[in-house]
Amino acid sequence: MEKKELLKEGRRIDGRAPEELRTIEMKVDVVSRADGSALVKFGNTVAIASVYGPRALFPRHLQELETCVLRCRYNMAPFSVDERKSPGPDRRSIELTKVIRLALEPVIFVEDFPRATIDIFVEILQADGSTRVTAINAASLALASAGVPMKDLVAACSVGKIDGTLILDLNGDEDKNSEADLAFAMMPTKDKVTLLQMDGNLTREEIAKLLELARNTCKKIYEMQRSVLKEKYRRVE
Amino acid sequence: MIEEKYALELIEKGKRIDGRRFDEFRKIEIEQGIIKKAEGSARVKLGETEVIAGVKMDFGTPFPDTPEEGTLVVNAEFTPLASPEFDVGPPGEDAIELARVVDRGIRESKCIELNKLCIQPGEKVWCVFIDIHMINDKGNLLDASALAAIAALLNTKIPKVENEKIIRGEFEKNLPVVFKPINISVCKVGDKFLLDPTIEEEKILDSKLSISVRDDDKICSLQKQLKELDFDDILKMIDIAVKKSKEIRKMLG
Repeated sequence: MEKKELLKEGRRIDGRAPEELRTIEMKVDVVSRADGSALVKFGNTVAIASVYGPRALFPRHLQELETCVLRCRYNMAPFSVDERKSPGPDRRSIELTKVIRLALEPVIFVEDFPRATIDIFVEILQADGSTRVTAINAASLALASAGVPMKDLVAACSVGKIDGTLILDLNGDEDKNSEADLAFAMMPTKDKVTLLQMDGNLTREEIAKLLELARNTCKKIYEMQRSVLKEKYRRVE
Repeated sequence: MIEEKYALELIEKGKRIDGRRFDEFRKIEIEQGIIKKAEGSARVKLGETEVIAGVKMDFGTPFPDTPEEGTLVVNAEFTPLASPEFDVGPPGEDAIELARVVDRGIRESKCIELNKLCIQPGEKVWCVFIDIHMINDKGNLLDASALAAIAALLNTKIPKVENEKIIRGEFEKNLPVVFKPINISVCKVGDKFLLDPTIEEEKILDSKLSISVRDDDKICSLQKQLKELDFDDILKMIDIAVKKSKEIRKMLG
């Protein structure tokens, strides 16, 4: 099979420059039944997140005496991809559920809610690359929108390498054919990295450049998240 | 609890519970070809930690986008005999994560020449199954597992095929393995980096970055585990891993 050409005259298949983001949309309070919720779009990738809690955790043996327990689920809708994905957890989504939980946990004041739980559910409605970072951006907004006390927001993006060029925000085709992809999330005001996963082939120097690009991008995404939240509270006034 | 507190106090004083340097692994023992029924196998011990990896070769169908390449499957079993913390049942998220991190280290390093494992394009290829069993969890299962996986691959032979049937116990040639990716988990406690944590040390780690390094120093996988990492630590951790990987790779011969 012929390898897809991902870069032509410095432009990507969707017309973007290497270090250009797709159009990003963010909305909060999209699920009125939830305590907090958000919808985030990175181009054609769409994630919706709901937060329930802090609320009582049962059965009781799951409770922690000094902290709340953060529970998380990342799930892809069967219709979110080209070939129907059979519903329910697969190995990939079990791993992603774990790394997403670890990406969010550091920003929550877990010691404020002993014995309780906070549940975060993320559904990927459309998948076109970078689903885990889109999920994290949505979950972070949903937590803030639920009024959960947080040390910072979590902002996330993907970076990678195609045809020897370092790029930002991989779409689905780029993800499948990339030489490397790196998923990244951080607490932007604290300079702490809460998600870092990479697979591919990169030199130390390439990683250094990609990390810098990811950090700068997360700061931009953080500003977008902030302005969506500010808008919400302005509406309330 | 008391051991963990002691380990932490020692680390703050610049020492470790078993007297090792911060960048020192426990004694590494690698023994290949230990399972007669497997096409390749290895036992790896890091001190008292012990894991066994077995490779089975079987016919499979290629993925549609790579019709002329063999396939790779990595699975890990946290067998309940290895730790009081492991339960009977299907793999949990820790076992799945470990298997997927080992998988990415092997796959992305391109250490197996999968294009040489095609039998009939688009129809029939060799599938390489790596199964890793935990035997004794005394800390750092991930580095032990990744080392066992590559050691087992280096020991793997492709079975003989007659009339489209696999003749078990007779072999055609060695599995083509061209790189030796090494996984190093660089851990941080307070302001100290350390390698190869013991089970006591594992409970007090702040953060951990697992880094898979190829023979040419290229990085083929990264996986942040545990709590948040300082941005400025990432490259330092990569440098520690690259340096250590050279030393451990030599043990694979």
